[in-house]
Amino acid sequence: MNISKSPWLLHYDGSSCNGCDIEVLACTTPVYDVERFGVVNTGNPKHADIFLITGGINSQNREVVKQLYSQMPDPKVVVAVGICACDGGIFKECYNILGGVDTVIPVDIYVPGCAAKPESIIDGVVKAVALLDKKRAAMKAGKAPVAQKED
Amino acid sequence: MAENIIIPISPDSLLEEVLKMKNSECRLVQICSTRTQDGYELSYSFGKDYDLYNLRFTIGEDAQIPSITNIYPTAFLYENEIHDLFGVQIKMISVDYQGTLYRTDKKTPFK
Amino acid sequence: MSKRSIVPFGPHHPVLPEPIHLDLVLEDEKVVEAVPSIGFIHRGLEKLVEKKDFNEYVYVAERICGICSFMHGMGYCESVEHVMGVEVPPRAKYLRTIWCEMSRLHSHLLWLGLLADAFGFESLFMQSWRMREKILDMFETSTGGRVIFSVNKIGGVMKDMDADMLKEFVKILNGMEKDLRELSRTFLENKAVNSRLQGVGLLTKQQAHDLGAVGPFMRASGIVRDTRRMGYAAYSDLEFETITSDVGDCYARTDVRIKELFQSIDIIRQAVEKIPDSEIAVPVKGFPDGEYFMRVEQPRGEAVYYVKGNGTKFLDRVRVRTPTFANLPGMLETLKGAQLADVPILILTIDPCISCTER
Repeated sequence: MNISKSPWLLHYDGSSCNGCDIEVLACTTPVYDVERFGVVNTGNPKHADIFLITGGINSQNREVVKQLYSQMPDPKVVVAVGICACDGGIFKECYNILGGVDTVIPVDIYVPGCAAKPESIIDGVVKAVALLDKKRAAMKAGKAPVAQKED
Repeated sequence: MAENIIIPISPDSLLEEVLKMKNSECRLVQICSTRTQDGYELSYSFGKDYDLYNLRFTIGEDAQIPSITNIYPTAFLYENEIHDLFGVQIKMISVDYQGTLYRTDKKTPFK
Repeated sequence: MSKRSIVPFGPHHPVLPEPIHLDLVLEDEKVVEAVPSIGFIHRGLEKLVEKKDFNEYVYVAERICGICSFMHGMGYCESVEHVMGVEVPPRAKYLRTIWCEMSRLHSHLLWLGLLADAFGFESLFMQSWRMREKILDMFETSTGGRVIFSVNKIGGVMKDMDADMLKEFVKILNGMEKDLRELSRTFLENKAVNSRLQGVGLLTKQQAHDLGAVGPFMRASGIVRDTRRMGYAAYSDLEFETITSDVGDCYARTDVRIKELFQSIDIIRQAVEKIPDSEIAVPVKGFPDGEYFMRVEQPRGEAVYYVKGNGTKFLDRVRVRTPTFANLPGMLETLKGAQLADVPILILTIDPCISCTER
């Protein structure tokens, strides 16, 4: 059994403009088709190994993101997709944006772009799969899979 | 080209003018608030076919205006929006979110 | 006595790519009332006019929504152009029209896919999105971007499409038309699909008018109105019918949108034939002073852009009334009396765009 052979994705739209969301969805459809790597898009956080977040964080979705993250089983990897998820992007100066995803939960992989291209999203997912293996090995060795961030 | 008309009215005659729009079978297009130096400039836009009629008036910062949800029930979203974002005080909205439609960190950010 | 309960729907829900929350008041399985709560993706980008000047704001306007990005950029540009009295060169108008209709194609195909996914027909979802990729490839060839292009600017557009490229695009679209016919047969004639769509979520003509509905959602209920008729961009030179249906159920909404797909292809063909040679942008001098209400027909319906300038490079106010915002009351109306299991389909048939709505 090796989860990196079939990692499951959970996708949440933070406060993105939709551009990155539809690109994430486009990854799962023909032409890009990440499912050929065994990746399955799921809606249930308890099934998921990789958490893809698009868009910045505001105080409304802050708790939602935290809760989804806490419901995912270890080991887990967080991928911030698009510049808004990385640091707030063009909306950074908006009154209702707190910043990137890393203001709430630890982010492992940053995928830049506005909107992020499917090629780079897939690249991010492939990197996430490698990291998943590493975290799993660390867990087996009795170490914590991820340093919990305090807020 | 369709018409794009701005009709200046007084704040007191709002309900009366809106009722006229309703009776001439206009639909509510939008309600917009713009912050001015010492208050707000409000535009109520109504559409008929391709024409757009904008009722326009200005009010002071502390003024209260009546809700038009009795005439146009769908106005509740617009009215809650300008209440939440601008702090315009509106009386008797049919579905009043009491400032919880947008739940922004900063209260009335456009004020 | 039936039991009353309140079921929370969302914000994270598998059927919706975007977060919206509804409190559904149920009597057994029947919805009696739905109260929306929005604000999960509210960014406050209308306020950014204070920090970005009116030229930079084009990039913010394009990011109101990634699906109708081009039309948001264009609507904003056209309203500023109206305020400043700028006449856009004819070729730029045609280019805008072509990109607009391509956006409509991609948006409607995206919606068809999501609808198929909502009633559990996954391979139909994949088919729709496979066809959509062809449109995105055309965007990438002509602008460099797949979903957000940044080709609009005040006074025209930044990129041109040469005759060869346009010819190639028409060829691709002609090929697509055949695939589309096949796809639409499944949506409109398949028994299993029909059983999920027909008679579900009825909205009468009177209700659509009273609730201020816009776009295909409204046209499916029999109101004849298409903001493209106002003749912005190059639409006044092109011929097209306003597509409507009298039924007003989910099937009618699907039908209207599918017919609009073929119409968009036709409009692009006409535009490619008629496109004149000229500059693609004019230099813009000075700052906007004045106000204008601009209306644009987006894939989801009529959007209103209000721009108010004060003679400096920073605008006083930009306000966008997006189609989904206008369609929310209509959606709540169709939810009343629906079965809980139909709720995802009813929400989807207004083609909700939440990031538009909340800005």
